[in-house]
Amino acid sequence: MRYSGLKVIKEALTGHKGWKPAWRDPEPQQHYDIVIIGGGGHGLATAYYLARIFKQKKIAVLEKGWIGGGNVGRNTTIIRSNYLLDGNEPFYEFSLKLWEGLEQDFNFNAMISQRGILNLIHSDAQRDAFIRRGNAMLLNGADAELLSTDQIKARYPFLNVDNARFPIKGGLAQHRGGTVRHDAVAWGYARGADACGVDIIQNCEVTGFRIEHGKCLGIETSRGFIGADKVGCAVAGSSGQLLAKAEMRLPIESHVLQAFVSEGLKPVLPGVVTFGAGHFYVSQSDKGGLVFGGDIDGYNSYAQRGNLPVVEDVCEGGMAIFPMLGRARLLRMWGGIMDMSMDGSPIIDRTHIDGLYFNGGWCYGGFKATPASGYCFAHLLANDAPHPVASAYRFDRFEKGRMIDEKGVGAQPNLH
Amino acid sequence: MIINHPLLGPRDASEFTYLGDAALIDRPDPASETAAKDFYQYQYLRDNPAGLHRELWYHEAGDRSWLVVTRNTVTHEITDVAFARDIARAKGRST
Repeated sequence: MRYSGLKVIKEALTGHKGWKPAWRDPEPQQHYDIVIIGGGGHGLATAYYLARIFKQKKIAVLEKGWIGGGNVGRNTTIIRSNYLLDGNEPFYEFSLKLWEGLEQDFNFNAMISQRGILNLIHSDAQRDAFIRRGNAMLLNGADAELLSTDQIKARYPFLNVDNARFPIKGGLAQHRGGTVRHDAVAWGYARGADACGVDIIQNCEVTGFRIEHGKCLGIETSRGFIGADKVGCAVAGSSGQLLAKAEMRLPIESHVLQAFVSEGLKPVLPGVVTFGAGHFYVSQSDKGGLVFGGDIDGYNSYAQRGNLPVVEDVCEGGMAIFPMLGRARLLRMWGGIMDMSMDGSPIIDRTHIDGLYFNGGWCYGGFKATPASGYCFAHLLANDAPHPVASAYRFDRFEKGRMIDEKGVGAQPNLH
Repeated sequence: MIINHPLLGPRDASEFTYLGDAALIDRPDPASETAAKDFYQYQYLRDNPAGLHRELWYHEAGDRSWLVVTRNTVTHEITDVAFARDIARAKGRST
């Protein structure tokens, strides 16, 4: 069933009796060609592109809870492609292009809003770095514009450009960046994948892998053994826990990142703004709440909640650029578990076990990557070869010294 | 979080900086034939457990000691705190 304006009118006139569940609730089969573990944004996108673009058959997505209950429903919903390094920027620009056509492609309103993202500049050195980054973006086909303080004041008159410690000296804008209704991304991909015949199996936890002679034959789950020719893992913060069941150690630590929403306000903030001297990013949701966040807490954690020092730090960052924020009350705060990799960049690769594939290490930047992550992981699963824009996201890059370290801080996951 | 420092008593975790898994104390032997592989695993691979985790914290805003904190990564409960130097010396390290 395709959604359309005509369909809404027809249903309105006939008592809304024709709507059906957006996806089925099938029993797991004994064997699939491809099983994806993890019914979040990346796993569902992978299944969708496997079925729709790469024409694979007999695909299942396994989710231990309900789909979209993890980080795809916990992030600050920002999309952008403002990276510097060759290994990253083509991938994230590919992702942004997929976002731009996504709603028509999967026939679901994900409220994709290209309201623009602005990274503020506070020093001469930072201006040089952002000019370099903007040029790297332009070279890779993305958009970037360096804005003066006056241009920023015209668009964001409430920013504190004269802060004595962190004056705003300009900004790097990406006008195609923006925000997305994050839950709708999971639902849209789930509905699209289901329509292509993918089995989405919820409340099905993976308890182990059946591996014989270096080949993965399938997975043990809370609902019995499921055989599979290929198994793809896309479980974000649980990556280390899941792959430990295949006796793998990963270049990943799990950390907690907190996010915050203020009470609903009238429209005040037209785009996404990030503070360049600390770590703070904010946008306003269509419901009116200011959605914001900052650094990860900085210690290994599987608790989906953080601690107060980071709350204070995030709010200080907000107040430094955005003094009127002090009048808004905090409505909600929560935590999500980030798969922090050793260089701050992700992994989309085969493992040393035949038939077992891995997608993870997204740190706290996985949401914007969702379409390209799914597309490239599907490419890898279908063709056994990496997609060109994801070819640097290899397991062996740490051993071979080919790190993709945007911040240049080394193998220290809590600093990325 | 409150870290119960062996000398200074309960201190707020914000006085400390976090390094990571306490296995980082066990630096591989650079003279070993397998040194390249050992250092790759030492530097980049982690157990990343959900549950008890022994980890290194540095009391930067305090007495600048390195501590090995045993903490539950699911609940954030801290069950044991010891000086990293005592643990390293117990393993035969001189410094």
